[in-house]
Amino acid sequence: MLNSILLAINITLLYSTPLVFGAMGGVISERAGVVNIGIEGMMTIGAFAGAAVGYYTGNPWIGFLAAGLAGGLLSLFHAVASITFKANQTVSGIAINFLGLGLALFLSRIFFQGATMTKPVPNNMPKIFGTLDGTKHPILSLLNIDITVILALALMILLWFVLYKTKWGLRIRSVGEHPAAADTLGINVSAIRYLCVILSGVFSGFGGAAMTLAVVSLYSPTAISGQGFIALAAVIFGKWTPIGAYGACLLFGFAQALVVLLGGTSFSYLIPSEILSMLPYLLTIIVLILFVGKSVAPKSDGIPYEKGSH
Amino acid sequence: MERLAKILRKPVTATLLAILFGFIVGVFVLAIAGYNPIAAFNSLLKGIFSKPKYIATVIIQSTPIILTGLSVAFAFKTGLFNIGSEGQYIVGSITAAVLGYTLHLPAPLHIFVVITAAVMVAAIYGGIVGLLKARFGIHEVITCIMLNWIALYLNNYIINLTFLKKPNANAMYEIQHTAYTTILSNWKTSEAGLAWLKNHPAIQEILLRTDLNIGFIIAVILVIIVTFFLYRTTKGFELRSVGFNKDAAEFAGINVKSNIIQSMIIAGALAGLAGALQVTGVEPHRISSLAAFENNGFNGLSVALIANSSPVGCLFAGLLFGGLLYGGSSIQSEIGAPSEIINIMIGTILFFIALANIFPILANKLKKRGGINVK
Repeated sequence: MLNSILLAINITLLYSTPLVFGAMGGVISERAGVVNIGIEGMMTIGAFAGAAVGYYTGNPWIGFLAAGLAGGLLSLFHAVASITFKANQTVSGIAINFLGLGLALFLSRIFFQGATMTKPVPNNMPKIFGTLDGTKHPILSLLNIDITVILALALMILLWFVLYKTKWGLRIRSVGEHPAAADTLGINVSAIRYLCVILSGVFSGFGGAAMTLAVVSLYSPTAISGQGFIALAAVIFGKWTPIGAYGACLLFGFAQALVVLLGGTSFSYLIPSEILSMLPYLLTIIVLILFVGKSVAPKSDGIPYEKGSH
Repeated sequence: MERLAKILRKPVTATLLAILFGFIVGVFVLAIAGYNPIAAFNSLLKGIFSKPKYIATVIIQSTPIILTGLSVAFAFKTGLFNIGSEGQYIVGSITAAVLGYTLHLPAPLHIFVVITAAVMVAAIYGGIVGLLKARFGIHEVITCIMLNWIALYLNNYIINLTFLKKPNANAMYEIQHTAYTTILSNWKTSEAGLAWLKNHPAIQEILLRTDLNIGFIIAVILVIIVTFFLYRTTKGFELRSVGFNKDAAEFAGINVKSNIIQSMIIAGALAGLAGALQVTGVEPHRISSLAAFENNGFNGLSVALIANSSPVGCLFAGLLFGGLLYGGSSIQSEIGAPSEIINIMIGTILFFIALANIFPILANKLKKRGGINVK
């Protein structure tokens, strides 16, 4: 019993961690008033950069940082378009998704002899108890989660603290709610938005690397397939708050864990695996209907700010 | 100056410039990566235009994304972001495949039943999104994303049912010939047909080497119908006013909630039609296991965005998109450059589409300067 529970927790965290990074990226960008539908593309470029740099350097930490850098660079395009040029943020975000996937595959073919996947990295991100040499302790090995799980949790707490307990957070939120008012108080709306969009790319890039440097150990075209959109859904589900979005990601990961666990039992004779696989998605909709209901975006989310407008 | 400013202010100019920028960026990326861009674009154009069958294939491949594009554009007009056309497309294709195989009806009736049923199922699937938004205030983007995945797993469930699954294949049985929407599907393989085609090589190539079907014609008709509906009918006006300003529409006595549901039903129907026409019109006339999304709906999203949500624009954007996707594969096969350059180009085009409003701003600046010069 204890083993099953620990296994469920283990799988929940495994699935949810890349989503958490992406969702935190979504939260910070949208709280500052910039819709980010390009999380998927930023996670994809991060997943590739993490695996590629991890492979060539042999150091997963350098790979992880490179993933953040790659995501940040890609998000810069989104920032320039949506802040400086007051572009349509949805279109720009979809463009980012194409660019992220296109660049990842293009670069992969160049650096990995024409293959659309990287070679496996020599070292994954460490687990919290290290490699557990020799000990085949079942409970301890189930508790031995990836360090990225802790990093994701830390990021959520940090983001919550910054957004709600510091003056920087107040500035970010005011820029997302009422940029004109923030502007009159001397807050540089553009600078705050740039910072938040770039950070959103960095976080999403980390999320991609949490996939290719921890869950699996190489980049392939299917490494990131829809996680960015699930993260986007988690942001809305969690009502644009770090804790809410984190909870949504956990719920989603937990439903995935149920799919894995139930799939291996006699239960799977009753319900085919394909139907069971729908569970996370159905559960999300049901939870929304029953408990969450209407979610309201930050007031100026998606609206470019023009100086002098109200 | 005045004239240049006027041209710059037209929305079409921005779109064309964005496409031009997409190609320019494509040239640069290819050159940096050490490939000959001219050779690459040569093979791209040859892959689209050099043979009648290539042109026909582009049209065939564009058909589903024109329709899903139309679906997304329609929902946009009511202020809804239909990222769920992917799932609506899938349930449409499932319905068409199942009924196409299980029913035994005479030809025109079979086609009619299959397509109508697929459209209705997809309309309901889209309607769920609208209903959940209108009734519970659940953001359509979440429901759409979730329903896409549910449709994908439903597809995989259906093809594994024992009475539908083709032995030794990860796919369902093909639909009956009576449900084919391929043009002249019986005649072109008959003796008389083959004899006639022998004397008309161009037509022979198109009919025998491609799956030319009625889909594109239906897509064009629907573009016209949707345009008329949106801009020339009261209902269309209602839907657009909800998209334009929800509160004002409500104040004017328009039932916003019911319009949201109706808009999603129609959007779903259009995407489902795309799926049905694909199954009935294109080889292998069946559905197979989906490991990942085939992007028919997601590409429709990009088509609608390039088209600036104009139904007529969707037609051209869909053809452009289909051409790039289909012609892109010949870049890889002929000069070995990664075909993902197409993704980068599409991304760049979309990026500059997003920037479209800088052109009118530029136009205003030009005009001001022109004014001063005149003085």
